[in-house]
Amino acid sequence: MRRLIYGQGIVLLLLPAVSLSTQVSAEALAQLKAVGREGAGNETAARAWKEVVQQGPAALPPILQAMNDADAVAANWLRTAGDAIVERALTAGRPLPSEALKQFIRQTQNSGAARRLAYEWLCRVDPKTPDRLLPDMLQDSSPELRRDAVAAVLKQARSQLDKGNKDAARAAYRRALTGACDKDQVDLIVKQLDKLGVHIDVAAHFGFVRQWLLIAPFDNHNDVGFNIAYPPEKSVDPKAVYKGKDGKEARWIAVATDDPYGVVNLNKELGKQKGVVAYAYAAIESPKERPIQIRAGSMNGIKIFLNRQELYHRDEYHHGMEVDQHIAHATLKAGRNELLIKVCQNEQSEEWAQEWKFQVRLCDAVGAAVPFTQVNVP
Amino acid sequence: MKPLIISSTLFLLACSTNAGDWPQFRGPGGRAVSEEKGLPVKWSVTENVRWRAELPGRGVSSPVVADGRIYVTAASMYRERRLHVLCFDAANGEKMWERQLAATGNTMRHPKTSMAAPTPVTDGRHIYALFATGDLAAFNRDGDLLWYRALQRDYPDITNQVGMAASPVLAGETLLLPLENAGDSFALGVDVKTGRNRWKAPRRRDINWVTPLVTRFRGKTAALFQTAGDITAYDADTGEILWSHKGNNLGSVPSPALIDDLVIVPGTPSVALRVSADSKPQVVWKSRKLKAAYASPVVYQGRIYALTDIGIACLDAATGQEIWRERLGHGFSASPVIADGKLYIAKEEGDTSVVELGDKPKILANNDLKETLLATPAIANGAIYLRTEKHLYCIAVKR
Repeated sequence: MRRLIYGQGIVLLLLPAVSLSTQVSAEALAQLKAVGREGAGNETAARAWKEVVQQGPAALPPILQAMNDADAVAANWLRTAGDAIVERALTAGRPLPSEALKQFIRQTQNSGAARRLAYEWLCRVDPKTPDRLLPDMLQDSSPELRRDAVAAVLKQARSQLDKGNKDAARAAYRRALTGACDKDQVDLIVKQLDKLGVHIDVAAHFGFVRQWLLIAPFDNHNDVGFNIAYPPEKSVDPKAVYKGKDGKEARWIAVATDDPYGVVNLNKELGKQKGVVAYAYAAIESPKERPIQIRAGSMNGIKIFLNRQELYHRDEYHHGMEVDQHIAHATLKAGRNELLIKVCQNEQSEEWAQEWKFQVRLCDAVGAAVPFTQVNVP
Repeated sequence: MKPLIISSTLFLLACSTNAGDWPQFRGPGGRAVSEEKGLPVKWSVTENVRWRAELPGRGVSSPVVADGRIYVTAASMYRERRLHVLCFDAANGEKMWERQLAATGNTMRHPKTSMAAPTPVTDGRHIYALFATGDLAAFNRDGDLLWYRALQRDYPDITNQVGMAASPVLAGETLLLPLENAGDSFALGVDVKTGRNRWKAPRRRDINWVTPLVTRFRGKTAALFQTAGDITAYDADTGEILWSHKGNNLGSVPSPALIDDLVIVPGTPSVALRVSADSKPQVVWKSRKLKAAYASPVVYQGRIYALTDIGIACLDAATGQEIWRERLGHGFSASPVIADGKLYIAKEEGDTSVVELGDKPKILANNDLKETLLATPAIANGAIYLRTEKHLYCIAVKR
């Protein structure tokens, strides 16, 4: 009997952390994930948070699992619980379930945010983690892991460049570019490759839409146009002519931008106007149905529609523009898709409030361009 | 006329921190005045530094101090998508805990500001941290998460793409949140225990960075919210409007200040309002001498001190007349604070000027930390806490 108890103890010690985690209350994790709008469920979640944290390191794998299908609010409840456990365990000299964390990171079907969190915990107990894991993460589904993997390759490229090994540097920069999605990293790579004699089509790398049909001017005096559905929101007929603002004729014109970041300058294409609405239309052909993000930049009021469904809006003017400033979640269907962007210009007279432009790209959740072709519209 | 009583102990209504603590943006009651004495006048990266702690990311929020602990926020990673709340031991600068959040809202901003721009607020037992992303979290002093809100999820149009920066403040059991923006725009009163709304009041639709001020009016706790077009007092418990004053070109960044029954409203021009229990706010004086850009004016012993584009202006609070003006260079993002008869002015380049106040100002020192310095200093427990680009400094005379 005594021998049996001892044996059980050994078995328990050898069990991976995942098995120990079964003790963690599934109900408590569910309560952390059940928080709703405007703080609904906060009190219950606070009690559950304490309960989960009290479980200690054994709760880390189930916390990560729970993050897989958690929304952004629940994910932060779970993240802080995990961070508290790790911090308190390390202070007390208790080990983390490192092997379970490694397994979780390797399983790429897990959420990128949760895998990144596991990676950060692992880094705290094993400083060699980046060297071991990042080389395989250049195409990772976690933007943060991928960014670090790109940074590691950039370091190698710089080192080769410093040694005068231009061919090796060129190859390393090219490899880094295959994973790079963030503008600062892409800019750096493109600049270095250019110096090494390699020209990169930046717009294609990011997936910017470059050909558009534009139409204006529809009325936006006193910002009224943002919420008016003008005819293009109902259907796009490239041959249609409408009576626009102040009786001016509004008809579609075709434009193509050669800007590396896909910027379409509406003041240039349509003439400088204030208090007006413009629409930009592009027909997009996708080889298959896929979830995408439509990422836009504009310092004007903007709405994004795909296949006549409004996906995103922001009624804000002249507070800056940057790549990926506005993000709409969408699904491209196989075949032809209709992308419509509404870009509103207000009536501010200040010198800094005159720009009227936009840029749009199509990418996956990490920010990598998705394949598409643009259909010529007559 | 029944004067509005604004006593020096009024801030105690809003929090239960100890004397000597610095619980919110611009300290107790948002007055930017500390009762501390014996603070160092001179310091450098090495001189009179009790400790220096490294921070995990940028931020322009101020540290807050309560019960021997310092709380500060930061933002890190690409486009500041990671948010940090940190707690340090005031005695030695050791990190006691850190919690991180993934940003749930838009992180676009002007390069000078940060997602960690709003200063957190504490009642000594709890810490409430708001970020420009709309992420709002309450922790106890040991770092347990008490509640959490993702305000951009609740209200998708609230943020401005220059970067929200106004700080939350406490009024009893209500956390006051200034969410005044070009899109959805409102003031929010949140239950400190649950994080749920107690009230929500519509505000002027324009980007705004003014931190509210808590005072009293007709026996009620009043929260003053200021935009370029108005200053309005709301009942902190219910959100009911108690009084309102419309104005033109009032400040959209600097916070108002209080002295007796006067509310000093920075703007172009700045306005002194007399608020009494039995009449509408009366304009006592207007002045273009008090032209604040980012920094909030501070009131001390009957005088107003404000940073202009190139230095300090000192005005008589009762009349608005200028008493003196002193050149001090430029680059003021932080608000000035006062302790022991001295004005501490942190400048963007990293130096803090210490100016002895009186009928004529006397510049005592310019102390350079050789790092960008945008956060308003905190003064507590015999020390000055300065948050630079990368560090948190505890400046104190060595024991």
